[in-house]
Amino acid sequence: MSQPRNIGLAHGAGGLLTDRLVRDIFLRHLGNPLLDRLGDSALLPGALLGAAAAPPGLAFTTDGFVVSPRRFPGGDLGSLAVNGTVNDLAVAGALPRFLSLSVILEEGLALEELDELVCSLARAAREAGVQVVTGDTKVVGRGAGDGAFFVTAGIGPLRPGVPELLPTPQPGDGILVSGPVGDHGATILALRSAIDPGPGLRSDCAAVTPLVDALFAQGIYPAFLRDPTRGGLSSTLSELAGSSGMTLRLQEEALPVRREVEAVSDLLGVDCLHLACEGRVVAVVPAAQVQAALAAWHGLPAGAGAALIGWIDRQEGGAARVLLQTRMGGLRVVDRPAAQPLPRIC
Amino acid sequence: MTKSVQQLADGRTSQRDPRLVRGLAEALARRDPGRKLRFMHVCGTHEHEISRYGLRRLLPPWLEVIAGPGCPVCVCPVSELDLGAQLGLQGKAIVATFGDLERVPARLSLAEVRAQGADVRVVTSAAGAATLARSLPGRQVVFLAVGFETTACTTAAVALADPPPNLSFVLSHRLVPPALEALLSHPALALDGFLLPGHVCTVQGTEEYAPLALSKGLKMAVAGFEPADVLDGLLALVDRVIADRPGVDNCYTRSVRTSGNTAARAFVARVFTPLDAPWRGLGTIPRSGLAFTEEFAHLDATSRFGLTPDRSLDVPDRACRCDEILLGLRTPAGCPLFGRACTPEHPHGPCMVSLEGTCAAWYRHPPEPAELPAARHDDGGQR
Repeated sequence: MSQPRNIGLAHGAGGLLTDRLVRDIFLRHLGNPLLDRLGDSALLPGALLGAAAAPPGLAFTTDGFVVSPRRFPGGDLGSLAVNGTVNDLAVAGALPRFLSLSVILEEGLALEELDELVCSLARAAREAGVQVVTGDTKVVGRGAGDGAFFVTAGIGPLRPGVPELLPTPQPGDGILVSGPVGDHGATILALRSAIDPGPGLRSDCAAVTPLVDALFAQGIYPAFLRDPTRGGLSSTLSELAGSSGMTLRLQEEALPVRREVEAVSDLLGVDCLHLACEGRVVAVVPAAQVQAALAAWHGLPAGAGAALIGWIDRQEGGAARVLLQTRMGGLRVVDRPAAQPLPRIC
Repeated sequence: MTKSVQQLADGRTSQRDPRLVRGLAEALARRDPGRKLRFMHVCGTHEHEISRYGLRRLLPPWLEVIAGPGCPVCVCPVSELDLGAQLGLQGKAIVATFGDLERVPARLSLAEVRAQGADVRVVTSAAGAATLARSLPGRQVVFLAVGFETTACTTAAVALADPPPNLSFVLSHRLVPPALEALLSHPALALDGFLLPGHVCTVQGTEEYAPLALSKGLKMAVAGFEPADVLDGLLALVDRVIADRPGVDNCYTRSVRTSGNTAARAFVARVFTPLDAPWRGLGTIPRSGLAFTEEFAHLDATSRFGLTPDRSLDVPDRACRCDEILLGLRTPAGCPLFGRACTPEHPHGPCMVSLEGTCAAWYRHPPEPAELPAARHDDGGQR
């Protein structure tokens, strides 16, 4: 019974082990003030970039995509590789502009499939208003990869006019989500478990830039803005509780979750709040701006299902945590997933 | 593709209706047993649902529900997990396992041995392991057969359905009634009744429990897994306590028959024979495990691969207090190992293995009564 000596799948699940891996290996060797913030994107201030860039500066990010299956209702490896990176830039307050694309292909992959994936990637890039401006191709032998892995990096200017010092979450602030949660994770989990997703279940894979634009256009600068991908809503909100030292109170009744997502979660014994979204945004805004923010989102097709799901509360002794008032009137702690969701038997 | 998500979503019961649940909670609150009551459930899924819906918050202050040894994955002894790990590490077989067994800490967890190169695959049933074996006729596949009566019958069904010759089993099935009996023999037992596991009783029926209830003067109720099912069961238990009427109520009649699933029971009776078996943290419990009968002995992976479980791995730390914590005689804070030698990453007993176990829950969220003020429905933005 020892500490793991090899990489396990849990190291990639976004939980405690991922944290430890990042800190004990990557930050230990690579740490610097820009990386140490561990944001979804690095924010490169104009001053650091010299004359080449105008203030306020740039956001820069990268992400690897290894989804299996590569094609799923609502998206595929190609669209995911664009939207995942675009969304990291968008929630950092940047305007996504340029992407790099590095593909690692396994010997034997059908050219026709690659063509389709890249075609889809191109469509997603057009929709998100970004261009792929540099790239790389590598092929590995059969067995050394799982068909195709895509890695994208993205860069874009920070939005002009956004205050440099964003507010920190305050008691009474509202917690908003832009649409139903867990769609992407439930779709992938259903496919992997040989459950037919049917017409009602599809990935929410999309660029969230319009959702972010809509808030900023109203002069709403959220104290917290994130796309709840790996680890789902629970991971994102637990992180917020940890970093802000606040208690978060959620209302289950208000949480938008599709009945199909709930059904998959029930059958496989996973928590739908642990399932990834790929086209949603979580925002924390002052109480006075909650209605305006919701109205801004409801005006967009992607934000039609937006909802106020809870409030920031003062921390009352003990550790900051996320508490969910259940539909039944009970109360539970919402936790980060320990590792990737696996079907349970007990 | 077996069933569409649509069909699953349509098949939900009204036992999740918040109005129904609140009504049952109010009915419970109106009962007055005149003292504190403590019931134990013995099912991981009961704990999962109770936690997930925050049902403990709906119970009157005199009613406590504690988690017994109800998670088969948590009580699976290290020596048996280790058989799977060794088979995988030695490259002798593909190890097919239920997902939640994968992360259970042992000398090396199955996730860790996969990281070291073993071929460990997650399946959702014994039948899934048979399908895997048929698709890879050149490889040996070993299924780690854990679970209570509920999954034992599915292992038996595969054994009876002409299994592929390259499939074998590490048997870690456990039976619920012997464990209850063992716990009940504790001299300081402080329980008023048991919420019996609906899944296990769907297979096994309720016949075995009645004599146990009567001989020990216990109150028992079989409950399902939706929030209203759990409260139905608790209400029946409270009423039995108030009337001082030992016995078993079946509150899950949409699934459980008195004699259970007779076909499944016949499968189990034909394929397996009971044997004394170790439980993580609880020691060996007589006739609580299953071995293959002679007719099916060739399906046993230990004989096929010449393995013997290293039972020295199972010797519980003498300081481990899981049995007393399971019985509600002690809180985790009263265990000398808790939080020091025993943590979620290095658990000794079953209470720390499962995220839903009493010790793991205490470890992650130490209870601070002042910290969970009564939930308010409309507290947002008004302060």
